Parts: sequence; structure tokens; C-alpha cells
Amino acid sequence: MSTVHEHAAHVHVPPDNFMARWVFSKDHKVIGIQYWCLALAAVLVGMVLSLIIRAQLAFPTHNFELLSKIFPNGVAGGAIAPEFYLSMVTMHGTIMVFFVLTTAPMGGFGNYMLPIQIGARDMAFPTLNMLSFWVTFAGFLVIMAAFFVEGGAPLGGWTAYPPLSALGVIASPGQGTGMNLWIVSIAIFCVGSLLGALNFIATTLGLRTKGMSLMRMPLTVWAWFTTAVLALLSFPVLLGAGILLLLDRNAGTSFFIPGGLVVAGEQIDHRGGSPILWQHLFWFFGHPEVYIAILPGMGATSHILATFARKPVFGYRAMVFAIFAIGLLGFFVWGHHMFVSGMSPYTGLAFSLVTLAIGVPSAIKTINWLGTLWGGRIRPTTAMLWSLGFVSLFVSGGLGGIFLGQNAVDLYLHDTYFVVGHFHLIMGVAAIFGMFAATYYWFPKMFGRLLNEKMGKLHFILTFIGVNLIFIPMHGLGMIGHPRRYYDGSLYQFLGGTDGLHTLITWAAFFTVTAQLVFLINLVWGWSKGERAPDNPWDSTSLEWATTSPPPFENFEGDEPEVHHGPYEYSLPGSARDYVMQTDAPSRAPAQGG
Amino acid sequence: MVFLLAMSIWLVTAISVWLLIDAKGQMPVAISDLARSIDSQFMFTLVITGVVFVLAQGLLGWFILKYRDRPGARARFVEGNTTVEIGGAVVIGIIFVGLAVAAQNVWARLHLNEGPADQVVVEITGEQFAWNIRYPGPDGQFGRTLPELYDATNNPMGIVPDDPAGQDDIVVLNTLAVPVNRPVELRLGSKDVLHGFFMPVLRIKQDTVPGMRIPLRFVAEETGNYEIACAELCGLGHYRMRGFLQVMEEPEFRSWLVEQAAQ
Repeated sequence: MSTVHEHAAHVHVPPDNFMARWVFSKDHKVIGIQYWCLALAAVLVGMVLSLIIRAQLAFPTHNFELLSKIFPNGVAGGAIAPEFYLSMVTMHGTIMVFFVLTTAPMGGFGNYMLPIQIGARDMAFPTLNMLSFWVTFAGFLVIMAAFFVEGGAPLGGWTAYPPLSALGVIASPGQGTGMNLWIVSIAIFCVGSLLGALNFIATTLGLRTKGMSLMRMPLTVWAWFTTAVLALLSFPVLLGAGILLLLDRNAGTSFFIPGGLVVAGEQIDHRGGSPILWQHLFWFFGHPEVYIAILPGMGATSHILATFARKPVFGYRAMVFAIFAIGLLGFFVWGHHMFVSGMSPYTGLAFSLVTLAIGVPSAIKTINWLGTLWGGRIRPTTAMLWSLGFVSLFVSGGLGGIFLGQNAVDLYLHDTYFVVGHFHLIMGVAAIFGMFAATYYWFPKMFGRLLNEKMGKLHFILTFIGVNLIFIPMHGLGMIGHPRRYYDGSLYQFLGGTDGLHTLITWAAFFTVTAQLVFLINLVWGWSKGERAPDNPWDSTSLEWATTSPPPFENFEGDEPEVHHGPYEYSLPGSARDYVMQTDAPSRAPAQGG
Repeated sequence: MVFLLAMSIWLVTAISVWLLIDAKGQMPVAISDLARSIDSQFMFTLVITGVVFVLAQGLLGWFILKYRDRPGARARFVEGNTTVEIGGAVVIGIIFVGLAVAAQNVWARLHLNEGPADQVVVEITGEQFAWNIRYPGPDGQFGRTLPELYDATNNPMGIVPDDPAGQDDIVVLNTLAVPVNRPVELRLGSKDVLHGFFMPVLRIKQDTVPGMRIPLRFVAEETGNYEIACAELCGLGHYRMRGFLQVMEEPEFRSWLVEQAAQ
């Protein structure tokens, strides 16, 4: 249905100067790697912050000497101050959600692989693509600056609920300049993501090569496309909300600030605003954001499970619809973050029912992943292990949502560690497992060299055990009633029994972070010394494996590839090899898609 | 490696089940009928999701072992199975949405009923980082308040001095005393930022929102001294915004009120 050949006419030449080729590049592959590197840098920062958080929770009396040298105010005399602790929590969440979980799956792998997987030479708007990366990068610099301004980083959490976020430094340290920078950073990030989303949508709809019908697209492409639609519809809302919050703080408006506030003995000269309005706007973005983080991981998992089980994806069509259903329902459930916010109880009732309905497409995904494995011949490559781990974490994390989605149960569990454990499992580590799977799977294509499989497997098993030891016990803390974002729970008798769990979680966190060294070593080793990768090291079917590793400037030598097959024709009876590439000559009876 | 992975998945599953059962035993006591209903809805959910959890993880581990790459075998060419896909989705859908429907009974009991006329009404106003707790006094009427009259030592709630309804109001800090077995209605608000009024033994929490008064009703059925915690991030002292819920016999409650009024 889309035989777009016109764009082959305006062939762009590879730029010959270094800056244009590698820095301000318009090549989607370079931009993809830039995004991926940004995410890697951000995830290292985010992990260090999480260790500081965990250290405080398990060893509150420890003297953190090194930390006090870097942050003489926040960690005066080696003791972590409550406001410093909360700013670590805020920055960990912000950096991870925006600059890791949004950039790596979408900006990184999506940018690199989407055009190649649909047989395009580049994104639809290469200049826009370059801009979207550099805008995002600027956003990262701004958020990092927040650590070092007077008062330090903001402490209101990544959700930035007003009035705490709207009143300035009077409400708490870090809510002054740091909070302004936070809003500016997120606003910039929204713009970058919007540009990227437009590009993804235009590219998917307009630049598919001959024969690449919608139902022949790999599930990865479906996932990125849906993610882009979610981003296009949700980021503008956050951008708008951010601008209103900035105006409340700096221009005397009162969108989110009601009248009659007295903070620290001082009367606040605002009236007429609603703190709950922010929550509606924030979560209208925030819930789709969860799917922006995890849908690409779902796509990669489906793709990789099929490849290494040597089987077609079980129920391809149902998987496409499930991705869409999750995306669509994702826009109607934001209120489940607000069951105890003070909104109408009738609204809570409606949101609860719709939320649990998301269990249906999620169950379809899980059943079909298991179905893909059923009767397969599983090749335990590193990429496959991460994908299997993804399925396991998706189940664990998803089931936590069945508790929290029930308004009545949320009355108790809301804002406890149960929530922290749940969302880390699903949108944190499951999404990251998807990205690790993608990294081990596509690294040979992106860099022309193979990563070390032994190191990869070691990295996997340590991380899999580690993350489970961190986040499953958090559900237990939540059941005991432990509120989240507590600098110190020892004041409370009902939390008396939680020390052991906190210590366990902290050790597991240190263990897991240490295990990531194996990955970093593997990256450096693979990049410099890894075995040369053939074009198709995994016997895969999709278009990226029909070109060289790494692909040439315009992705394919000669003419654009022509597609004759569905994306997952593995172990087709009667075929000589156990896979049929999408570009292989047409068979008499196409088995799938068309 | 496949053995190791399958074993890890099963081990994680077993440990998770054990951990959650163990945590269940450490939950605070539940001192109201509603709290016990929330607990049983929680338990019901735990059992159902537990079964799905063990089944899914168990199958995943088993498939990893059973369908590992082995010489000579070729993967089965199966592109899907409509019965399994639709059947699975329908069954799971009915179970999950059914759970949400079941939860609405508890939700409605908490939020959709008016309290009886003789309920004890208490006004709770959060501020960084304490709970102001106001009783209407013998007249049963709260006096008007004005933010500009807030005075931490003499008039923490800013009660207007010439309003007769406010003359007998009783304001205490951080201690919510209620009579046992009597319906109580809290009216929650805040002076500054959001807070979250969380009573673990009652299994309920409610954000306090400046500019709003949000009702929250309960009947405590066991006397004793319990804790109140802040559940919504409110600034650097969030973790130490601790309060107490004292459930007393009726006469004891009356004399407590008199005592507080005298102060």
C-alpha cells in the first residue's frame, strides 16, 4: 500500500566534516547512538542517586565523607540532610523517567532501527531529528545544573505537585532556582520529544518501502509508532502544565495556588487556583508516559523472542491490537494516580474499572509471549535471556497494578513502597530489560562487532536476581504501610519491623549496580575488540539484517529493499533454512501478512 | 544457562510468595469494619494474582527448559491460536474487572454514604509539619477562621475571636482522640501544601488539599493509641509529620475534651 519511491530521488550525501557527520548529524543512525549515549550517561547519574537514597535508608547514621566533599551543604559533616535526601529522590525519578526511559527506547533504538526496519533511507525530517536530539541534550544540561545552584536540586518529587512546587524557596530548600530549572528542563524535553514523535509518525506512515504493508511491519515498529502517537498527544499537556507552573512561580499567576495559604508564617498572595488541576494535567501525560517507556521494550521482546525461539510471534495481529489497546486505554486511566487526591469518588470508581481493563491487552501480550516460546527451539543468547527476563518482570510488575488499580485497596497502599516496588518493576526495570535485550541484539548491527556473550549472560543473571531482590521486598514494605519518600522511618512504631527489609534492599541495590560494571566492560571490549559481526549474526528476518553491519550511510547499498514476507517467518515448513528474510524472493503462498 | 534462568525464575517466584505472606503477618492491626473489608479485598486480590503469578512464572520457566535448543528438533510453525488468545483475554478480563467491581462495595461504603446525625465531627488541618486538630466544642459548631489570624502559639487555626461559634472550639496538635464505636467524620484541609492523612490501622488515607475540605468517615472499634503518618510529600519534614490516633471509651473521651478545653 505504500510504495514511496520518491524519496530515493533526493539522495543526501554523507557530510565530510567531522562536526556535521558525528556531532550535528542528520543521520538517524548517528542520532540514535547519540540518544543512546545520552541515556547511558543519564542512567549512570540516576543509579548513583539511587545508591545515595538506599545508603541513607539502610545506614542513616553512617558518615558519608566523600559525599560531604561534593555537597558540603546537603551532606554537612557527613550526615545526609532530609532536604538533600528528597532532592536525590526527585532527581533520580526525573532523570530516570525522562532522560533514560524515554530517550533510550524511543530516541535511541527507535531512531536507529525504525527507518531501517521499514526500508527507509532516513527519517522523514532529518533536520528535525537532529534538533530533537540537541534540544533533549540541552534539557539534560539544564536539569544537571539544578544540582549546583543555590539551595540545590528541587525536592518535590518527579511529580512536582503544587503548591509545594509553586511557592518557591519558602516552601522548602531547593524549591527556588532548582525548581525553576527543573520546569525549564522538562519543558525543553517536551519540545524535543514532540519533534521526535512527529518524525516517527511521518516516517512510519510515509517512508515504508515497497511491499512493507502495515501488517508486515515488525512489532518493534508498531511499538515505536504507537509510542510516538502517545508522545504526540501527552507531552503537549505536560508542556502546557509546566508553563502554567512557571507562570505561577514567576509571574504572579494562580493556576495551581488557592487563596488563603500561609507558609512558614507568611501569607501567600495568590488566589483561585487548584492544586488538583496540576495532578490531572500531570497524570494525563504521566500515565501514557509509562507506556512510552515500556511499549518499545514490549516490541523488542516480541521481536527477540520470535528470533531466538525460531518461531513466528504467536498471534501477530492480536499483538498489534494489544499495543494499540494499551496505548488507547492508557489515556483514560490517569485518575488511578489520584484516588486519594480529593477528586470526586464517582470519578475514582470509573477510573478503577478502566484501569483493570488494561489487564486484558496486557494478558494477551503475556499469553502470546508464552505462546511464542511454546514448541520453539530456544537459543539462549544474551539478548534472548534479557527478553525472557522482561516477560518475568512484566508479569511481576503488572500484577502489582491489579492491587493499586482497585480504588479501595489503593486507600491503604497509595504512596507506600508498594507503589515504588510496582512501578520500578514495570516501567523501570522491565523497560530497562527490554533495552538491554535490544542492546545485545542490535549492538552487532550498530557497531559492526559482537558483544561478549559470556559477559552478557553473567551481566544478565546477576541483574535479574538483583532487581528482584530490590523491588519485590518493597511490596512487603508497602504492605506494612511504609510511606514512600521518607527520609527516616524509625520515628514510627508501626514501621519497627522494616529495618531488615531496608538493609536487604540496599545491599541488593549495591550488588545490582556493581553488576553493571560487567556491562560497561563488555561495551568497551565489544566496541574495540569484539569479534567482527556478520550482516545477520542471529539468522533474523527483518530488514536491518539484510544490510551490512553497520549499515552504510543511506542504510542499503543500491536500491531500497523490496519486501515479500511478513516479519516473523521462522521455521516455515518446506523452506530450506529455518527463517525467511523479509527481502527473500516471494514464495508461492505467503504465510503471513500481505 | 537455561537451567540457571529457569531455576532463578522459580526461585524468585517462591521467594516473592514467601515474602508477601510474611509481610501480610506484619501488617498493622485493623481496627474498623471497613479496614477489615479492605484487608479481605487485599487478600482476595493477593490469592488471585498469586495464582496468576505462579502460573505465569511457572510456565515461563518450564517452557524455557522444555523448549531449549536441542539437536535435530525444529520449531513448530504456529502463528497463533484464536481460541487461546481470545479465551485467555476474556477469562483474565472477567477476573480483573470483576476484582475492580468487587472493590467498589468498600469504596462506596467509605465515600458514598452520609454520616449519621450524631457523628463526631473533627476538623483536621495540615501544615508543615504538624496536624491541627479542631473539635467544635459543646455547641457542635466550628467558628469561622481567617488565615491572617493564624498564630502558632495562641490561635493556630486563626479562629475569629468575635464569632460565638468559635468561642468553645478546641484545638490540639497532632492528637486525634475519638470515642470507640462511634461514627467519626474528619474534615480534612491544609494551610500550605498537600499532605496525606494516613491512619494505617484504619487502612485509609486522604490527601489534605489547601482550599478544600474533604470528608473522611470511619468507626474505630478498638481502644488504644495508634499512629498517624503523612503520606503525601510536603517538604523536608515530611517523614516526621507524625500524629496519634487515640481511640477511647466514651466517658474517657468526654473528659479528655474537657481537659483539652481547659488548656
